Order: sequence, then C-alpha cells, then structure tokens
Amino acid sequence: MMRFIIEKRTTKSKYSVFIVPLVSFAISLLLGAIVLAASKANPFAAYKAMFEGSFGNIRRIQYTLREAMPLLMCGLAVGIAFKLKFWNIGAEGQYVSGAIGFTWVVQFWTFLPPVLLLPVGLLMGIIAGGLWAGVPGTLKAQWGVDETLTTLMLNYVAIGYAEYLYIDHWKAPFGNMGTPKFPDAAILPSVWGRVHAGVFFALALVVILWFILYKTRWGFELNMIGKNPKAARYQGVSIKKNIIMAMLFSGAIAGLAGAIHTSAVAQKLTTGVNGNYGFTGIIIAWMGGLNPFGSIIVAIVMAALSTGAGQLQIALKLPEAMGAVLQGLVLLPLLAGSLFNEYHLRVIKKGAE
Amino acid sequence: MNQTQSVEPIVRMENISKRFPGVIANESVDLTLMQGEVLALLGENGAGKSTLMNMLAGLYRPDSGSIHIRGTHANIQSPQDSMALGIGMVHQEFMLVGNMTVAENIVLGMKDLPFVPDIDSINARIIELSDRYGLKVDPQAVIHDLSVGEQQRVEILKLVYRGADILILDEPTAVLTPGESHELNNIVKIMLSEGKSAIFITHKMDEVIEFSDKVQVLRRGKTVNICNTADVTPKDLANMMVGRDVLFSLDRCPYNPGGVKLKVEQVTVNNPLGGRPLLDDVSLEIHRGEILGIAGVAGNGQQQLAEVITGLVRCDRGNIYIDGMDKTNNTPLSFIKAGVSHIPADRGAMGIVGDMSVGENLAMKKYRTKEISKGVVIKKNFLRMFADKLIDTFSIKTPDQGTSVKYLSGGNIQKTILAREIDSCGGILIAVYPSRGLDVGATEAVRQNIIAQRDQGNAVLLVSEELEELQMVADRIAVMFEGKIMGTRNVKDTNTEELGLMMAGAVSRGA
Amino acid sequence: MMDFITKLLAATIAMGTSLTYATLGEIYTEKTGILNLGMEGTMLMGALTAFATAYNTGSLFLGLAGAIVIGAIFSAIHAFLSITMRANQVVSGLSITMFGTGLANFLGQRLGPQTNNFNLVGMNLQSKFNNIAIPGLHKIPVIGAFFDVSLLTYALYLIIPFAWFYMYKTKYGLAIRSVGEAPRTASAMGLNVARIRYLYTIIGGMFAGLGGACLSLSFTPSWNDNMTGGKGWIVIALVIFATWNPGKAVLGTLVFGGITSLQFSLQAAGFRMVIPSQFLGFSPYLITFLTLSILTIANQKRKSLFSAPSALGTSFAIDEK
Repeated sequence: MMRFIIEKRTTKSKYSVFIVPLVSFAISLLLGAIVLAASKANPFAAYKAMFEGSFGNIRRIQYTLREAMPLLMCGLAVGIAFKLKFWNIGAEGQYVSGAIGFTWVVQFWTFLPPVLLLPVGLLMGIIAGGLWAGVPGTLKAQWGVDETLTTLMLNYVAIGYAEYLYIDHWKAPFGNMGTPKFPDAAILPSVWGRVHAGVFFALALVVILWFILYKTRWGFELNMIGKNPKAARYQGVSIKKNIIMAMLFSGAIAGLAGAIHTSAVAQKLTTGVNGNYGFTGIIIAWMGGLNPFGSIIVAIVMAALSTGAGQLQIALKLPEAMGAVLQGLVLLPLLAGSLFNEYHLRVIKKGAE
Repeated sequence: MNQTQSVEPIVRMENISKRFPGVIANESVDLTLMQGEVLALLGENGAGKSTLMNMLAGLYRPDSGSIHIRGTHANIQSPQDSMALGIGMVHQEFMLVGNMTVAENIVLGMKDLPFVPDIDSINARIIELSDRYGLKVDPQAVIHDLSVGEQQRVEILKLVYRGADILILDEPTAVLTPGESHELNNIVKIMLSEGKSAIFITHKMDEVIEFSDKVQVLRRGKTVNICNTADVTPKDLANMMVGRDVLFSLDRCPYNPGGVKLKVEQVTVNNPLGGRPLLDDVSLEIHRGEILGIAGVAGNGQQQLAEVITGLVRCDRGNIYIDGMDKTNNTPLSFIKAGVSHIPADRGAMGIVGDMSVGENLAMKKYRTKEISKGVVIKKNFLRMFADKLIDTFSIKTPDQGTSVKYLSGGNIQKTILAREIDSCGGILIAVYPSRGLDVGATEAVRQNIIAQRDQGNAVLLVSEELEELQMVADRIAVMFEGKIMGTRNVKDTNTEELGLMMAGAVSRGA
Repeated sequence: MMDFITKLLAATIAMGTSLTYATLGEIYTEKTGILNLGMEGTMLMGALTAFATAYNTGSLFLGLAGAIVIGAIFSAIHAFLSITMRANQVVSGLSITMFGTGLANFLGQRLGPQTNNFNLVGMNLQSKFNNIAIPGLHKIPVIGAFFDVSLLTYALYLIIPFAWFYMYKTKYGLAIRSVGEAPRTASAMGLNVARIRYLYTIIGGMFAGLGGACLSLSFTPSWNDNMTGGKGWIVIALVIFATWNPGKAVLGTLVFGGITSLQFSLQAAGFRMVIPSQFLGFSPYLITFLTLSILTIANQKRKSLFSAPSALGTSFAIDEK
C-alpha cells in the first residue's frame, strides 16, 4: 500500500524553474486545443493561424511587439508592488490616469512650444499615474486600508472619468467620441515600422528595475519588507515610507505606459483607452517570477496570444475572444505547477521496517 | 502501585518512528501508560516529545510502529479518531479561536452536535464541569478577552467535556506562575482520582519530581530511560537528558558596573483594547558592564519593555534615555544607530527573513555601512566576505552563506541572529528569551556570549522565563508582574522563593 | 414622485437580486478563508450559460441549472488551485476571471443560431422570469415594489435569512467560521479544513453563476459581450460592506443597485444632466472606495469592525510543523 504526501522541500530545486513552466505551457496548449475542438475548429489549424497572426511577417511581428510594450511596462509596474506583497490591482486605473495626464497637456497646454509637448506630456503621465497609485498606497501605509480593494475600485473611477472626458468634456467637435487627434509633435515617433520609441522606455525600465531590485540597498529593503515586514521593521526599515515610494513608482510606470501607448498608437483619448493591460500586467508580473527580465518573454507571449487571435477570426472565422481564453488558460496550469517550487511528492510505503 | 493481577496499560505505543524533511523526530520509541498514572515525558527542546504526543492526538501520523489504546490496536488518522478514543491534548500554543466564545470553542467539531446546537444546555454542562474540577470560566466569555491562565482552563475543560480520560499536557506550566502550577497539579490529581490518566511534557526537572509518578526521558528522538520518579534526582535526569554532566556555572569577570547607559523612567504603555496598561509606570537603569535580568511569567509586559526600548512600540508616558540623551518614541532606526542590539523573543517571526539567505540575514544590521555597500549599491563580494567571517566566528552550521536561512536548524538560526546582533552591538544588548527552544549546548553558547558582551563593558537586558538562567547569568534581577516592576534585587541578595512571590504579584518589603 | 421612487426601487431590486446572490456566495467562500477574485468571470459565464441553455432548449429552469453547474465548475478550479495546489489566491482568481470572461465572450459567438452566424448577441428568449405581483400587497406605495418581483427575487426572501441563520446558529456555520479564523485549531478539533473550503467555495461559485443568470434571464433578458460590466468586482466590495455577515448582504446591494438604477432612470427620463451620467456610472466604485477608507481610518482601534476572517487568503496544510 503506498501513499503520496506533498511535503515541504528542504532545498530549492533548480529544475523546477525551467521544467514547471514548460510542462505547464504544454498543458495549456492541450486545454486550449480541447476548447477549440469543442467549438468545431481544428486545433492545429488554429494554433498555426495564431502563430502566423502574431509572427507571420514583419508587420505582424512589429504589431506583436507594439502590443507587448504596455504589457511589459504594466508587468514591471505591478511587479514592484508585488515585491512588497502589496497587491496593486489598480494598474488599469493608473495606466488610464497616465493617458489622461498626457492628453491634458497636449490638448490644453497650448502655451508650450511644440517640441516640449511630448516630454512634458509623458512627464504628466508619470505624475498622474504615480498619484493615482500613491493614494491607495498612503491609505495602506498610514491606516492599513486594504489595498486589494482600493486599487480595484479606483480602476473604475479612472476609467469612468476618462469616459466622461472623451465623450463629453474634452470631446472633439466632430464625431461620436474621442478627443481631437494629437498634433504630430505629440506623437511618439516610430523606430521600426509599427514599433515606436516607447520600446526604449520599456527596455530602459527593465534594466533600471533589475538594478534597483537586485543591486541596491532600496531593493534589499523592499525584499525584506515583502518577505517579512515584521523583521524589516525591527531592522529599522520604514515600512510606511517604502510602501508609499514603491506605489508612487509603480503607478508612475503604469502611467507612463498609458501615456506612451495613447501617444503612439491611439493618438487621442478615446474609447478603449484601457486595453486591459493593467490586469494582464498582474499576470505577467507573477508569471515572470517578479524578475524584470523574465517579464520580457512573458509579455511577448501574452501579446502574441492576443494579436494572433485576430488572425483566428480572419482565417478560421473564430471569435477573437479566443485569445483571452488562451491567456487565461496559460496561467491555470502554471499556478498549479507553482506548488512544486516549495513542495515535492514523497511516496510512503506502509508497514515497512 | 502494584496491581494484584497484570493490567493492560491504557496507552501502549510500540516502535514509533516519524521523520520530517531533514529531521528524524522520533526513532523506534516505546511508551506505556497505566491507568491512573501521571507520566512525565522529559527532554530538551527538539527531543521529539511534542511530536510523539501529536501522533497520539492524531495531528501527525507515524511513519511506522503501532498504537494500542486499552489493549486494542488503534488506527489514529485524525484528531477526531483520537478524541473518539478518549485522548485529549492541551498544546503549548492553545488551539482556540480568538473571536468565538468559550462554549463555541468547547463544542467545535463535535460529531454528535445537533444541527442547531442548544446553547443553554451546553452552558449548563460547562458550568457543571468547571465546578467539579475547579476550572472557573464563563461559558459566554470571548476567548481573546481571557487571560492566558483562563484560556488554559478552557482548553482543559474542552477535553473533559468531550469525555477525554487520557490527558496530554504540553509544557502546561510555561504560562503559569508557581502558584498557578500548583493549582493545575491539584486539578490533575482530582482527575486521576476519577480514573483518568495523564502524560505531561516538560523540560523542567523539578516539575517532573513534583508532579509525576513515572518519567520517560527522550533525547534526539530516542528513549534514553524510563524510571519511577521516586527513584531519581534532578541531577540524574539532567544527565539523562543531555548525556553528559551539565555545567551549572559559567565563567565571568567580577561585577564592576560603569555609568548608567540606559535609563527607563516611568514608562507607561496603554493597552489599545482597554483594561490595565501593558507597562505600568516602569522605571529601571542598566549600567555599562552589567546584566539586568527581567524575571516573570511571559505576558506580563516583558515583550513591551523590550519593544519600547527598541522603538517598536510607542510609550504613552515616560522617557527613555541612552547615554543621557532622550530617545523616547524614536524610530527603530534611531535606536539601532544609538547602539541598541536586539535578540527578539520571536526569532522566526521577527529575527530573520526566512526566504533570504544566511548571508543576507547576517548583513541586515550593517548593510547600510561601508562594510557592505558602496553608496546605494550593495556589493555582493563585500557581503560574502562579511558573512563568511561571522559564520566562522560563531560556528554557524550552514552549507553556504547563500542558503536560505529557513533551512537551518533552530539552534543555528539563533546563532545567526546572535552573530548579527553581537557583531553590531554598539553598547546595549537586549536579549529576550534567547535560549528558548535551544538544546543545552546551544544554550551554553548563548549565555557565554551574553556574559562576554557584559565583560566587554556593554549594558545587557536579559529577559528570561527561567529563574535558574537569570540567577546564573544576571547581576541584578527585576521582576515584572502585570506590567509593573515588583522589585529589583542584586542576584546575590535574593532567592527563588522571594522572586517567585514577586512573580505572582506579592509585593515584598523593602525596595 | 412616489411613482418614480417605486419604479426606482423596483429597478434596484431587480439589479440587486443578481448582486445579492453573488455576494452571499462570496461571503461564504471568504468566511472559510478563500478569496475568490474569479467572481466577475464566473458571473459572466453563468449569465452566458443560462442564456445559451435557455435559448437552445426553451427552458428557463434548465438555464438556471446550467448556470449553477458552470459556477460550480469554475469555482472548483479555483478551489483546486488555491487549496490543493496552494497557489496564490489573488492570481488564481484573476486568471479565472480572465479565462471566464474570454470564454464567455467566445462562446457567446458560437452557441447562437446559424441564422445569426452562431451569434447569441441580439437574440431573444421565448420567455423570461417575469415579475409576479402578490395581489393587494403590491399596491402599497413604495414598499409594494418588494411584492412585485420575479421568482428569483422571491427566492432570496427565504435564502437570505436562512443564510444568516446557517452561519450563526448551526454547527456548520460554527465550523465555517472557525476554519476561516483559525484553520489549525479547526483541524485539531477534528474538522476537515480542505473539505469545508472546497465545499463553500463551490457553493459560492454556484451562487455567482445564479447571480449571472439573474442578469441574462430576468434583468435584461439577452446576451451581450461583457454584460456583467464589472459587477463581479462590486460583489467583492459588497462582501466587505456586509462585514462578512450574510444578513447584512442586502444593505450594500440595495445601495449600489440603487445608484446604478438611478443612473439609468435619469437617462431614461431624459433629465438634463447636472451630474454627467458617467459620474453616476463610476460613483458606486468611488463610494465604496471612500467608505472603506473612511471607515478603516475611523476604526483604527477597533479593527474588529472590519473583521475579515483572519486566515483569508492563506493556505493551510496538515502535516506541516
């Protein structure tokens, strides 16, 4: 008679970091295939179409990369907060705040010389996003207000306010909705086809964040707080200050993402300003193992899933929502597999000895 | 206690073994308990006593071996199985739900509870039992409003209510004053007279002598000896526990205190939940080159005292001076910069960050200094050198300074904390229950280190639950009870009896 | 004026029904210590399943049954990940929402009639859960609105008190509360923590599915992409408002249902916007945010007012030291 026990590990396993994600991804593809087959679609044809849709030619690769940028940045933004075990579910709202901040400058700061529109706009996006995250951060740091809820609620406040702006208050005179299109000076230039200058910001942030988290004293303190706040405080680390600073930083990055994407892609504030990047960013942060470099790969994969889904509709007449289905599916086996980072199976034979 | 015919033991554990990841908790242990008997299970921390009993109580399952209750083989898979056999255990950490009432806690999980429990009849039965055994509690009181002693009574009532007649008590007197311990002994004796049996786990030899009929000594998971209590002395027991002659004295320099390093003046810390203050008008002084011991049952304000002196808790009144400078209510960082080192009571929760490496934990006090960082950047090679040095000096057993500290044994974790705090000590060392849970070898090392700090001229505050330890190590002792200092004495001018009375709240004559 | 208020109340109750079902479910789930942020996805899947089943079979009750089953399945996944696999509950819940939302929108375009390109959007049911008026009572001004509601709402009049009673007066409720508060103790007392968490997480999901079904079978009997529109997130807020007490679940839902209905009613009545409609749109979220913050700040000393179950969001295992 045998019995399986799930037991805590005594040593970290090197293999689990690689094998687990690979096996999980394989399982996700399998599950996705089941869903596809159940809707009378050929899984192989579907996956092939998705791959072609996201990487099939240069233009599509550019499109995928362009989509990966806001995902990556939101992933980085959320990742910083998560390092502190601060559940910033508000990246959506911080992203939108950044877009609003950018639009405000571009549309109304007409006293600025055109060459300054872009930098000042981006700066305002950073400030707006930072503040939008700083509020729940301060509430948590100072009074212990639960951050999962406050950040969540503020998402919809920001999204709703943006809606008010582009439908009503800031609407362009003609058309159903949306602000006037940004002047050319305020649009981020492209660097490679559809890929715009935002890619520099994104990559720079990856390096900056990596440096901060792994090399500096502040990163050391953030690590301490996330892993054992009591011990951190006992060592003289100020939990309050760090939560607020980390949240300001987190929101700032998300805000920058919003400003960049609105400038380069949407080129005005309009419906769809919140492309779900904030929520997906949470997934990316977690999947990337809270490691900035890991987030790059994950962001590209997630972007590919959604751009590839567009091709599904064209080639196989499948709904585009399949992309979202797969994105969700990718996570579930990974979550299950995360067990093996901390535990392993042990077999117990009964009655021996 | 000879029987005329051979009687089946009420509990018989045969050849029990149990291991956890990285540790063999019990190895081929046999245990026998006769009805109406009190068996003391003696051993150092980590000897395997609690694990063994947890298997009787259904919380763990043995890897091999068998258990027989009242002569029949028992397959204990869960706490419910154990309770069904009449076994009940009171753990060191109480198993109570804080925001529920006494009655709710007592009947929680009972199999034959009706869909809608009849609160009135439950209350009545609780009152009846509490009268019978002298365990006074109010069935409708909420647990977190009760004192520790009262909570323990609830735990015992829980067992009795559910018909337990084999009682297991895990270090029950750790949370009681000497007086309350005697009361507990009487309660247990009443139960024995009704035919119940008891096993109690302890590491205190004098308790074994006073409370038990038989004693079984465990060491490193194995049985060392089983004997009648009447036939042994504390010294015999100590030797069995440890395996060699235990040193009962330590090397130290003569007592030659310098000026006042730390002064606590009329400090009061109110209880946020109302009621009596956690620290009540506490005043004391510690000189350079002196160890001031704080005695008292845990929970009488010692923790708050340590936390107020390290900036972790605000005081509502009073002042704290270090080298004459007012540091009252400063931040923890400010106290650290003033030279205060702190070995916390709760080493796992506060003293280390389990998921970080040994090296990182060692560096947590000094990472802001040039020894480890250059500007804002932490230099990994500086850190490595720093850590290796400390690991060597303090003989910390670890595969590598990069291993996560949570994988180390309890003793080595404490050594890590000790190393860090002593290395960075700038004049004041605050040690709270530093030898709790350590084996005798590690305990000796801790005490020697503390005395060495004092010999070097530092001021040391030592909080301990063991009067024995304080009498051995400290120069002066202050006793705390309900947040107040009952009295301060030179170690040489007092004795256990006087200290014990103060611990129980009796005000003594003289200052 | 009275008429307007009564109509407003009626709309509030109709919308509140959906929210209340889901809130009750999530309260039970969280009381055992499991945080299920998969509410939004589960509700949407419930709405879709109910509509698709009812549309294709013609039976409303089969639609309800489908929603309940789907809710159970989705929350079972979350339970499996959170309890057995000890995964991060926040990420697990969000993944399920993402998956559920995507799947619902996807299936919404595959389960319709061939005539409409398999799309369910824009299709109508043969019947819906109509309001049933209780003779006499329903004529009372204002309060009469409570007696002219659908079967789904009438069911709540029984379910809510029972949910309260079950939690606080029965032995099962005692077990639930102990598991969420002190799982180690509950386990030592003989309760099977994992089983209890599984059970009530799944039941919570069933109620979430029901909540979604209320939307697509009664409130606006139709299907649209993302028709829950974030209500699943409001449910998470409502649980906190109710301080995890099933008896208080109604209060929050009435308030939110009220504000949202007010927004629609004003628009429908053609009132010139003094407050832009988008503001009303996000006001429930803003109010939740403000109230939560203010109450937490004001109750610094007595945190027990916001007594979340102490073990909420953590995992528990028996054989660990």
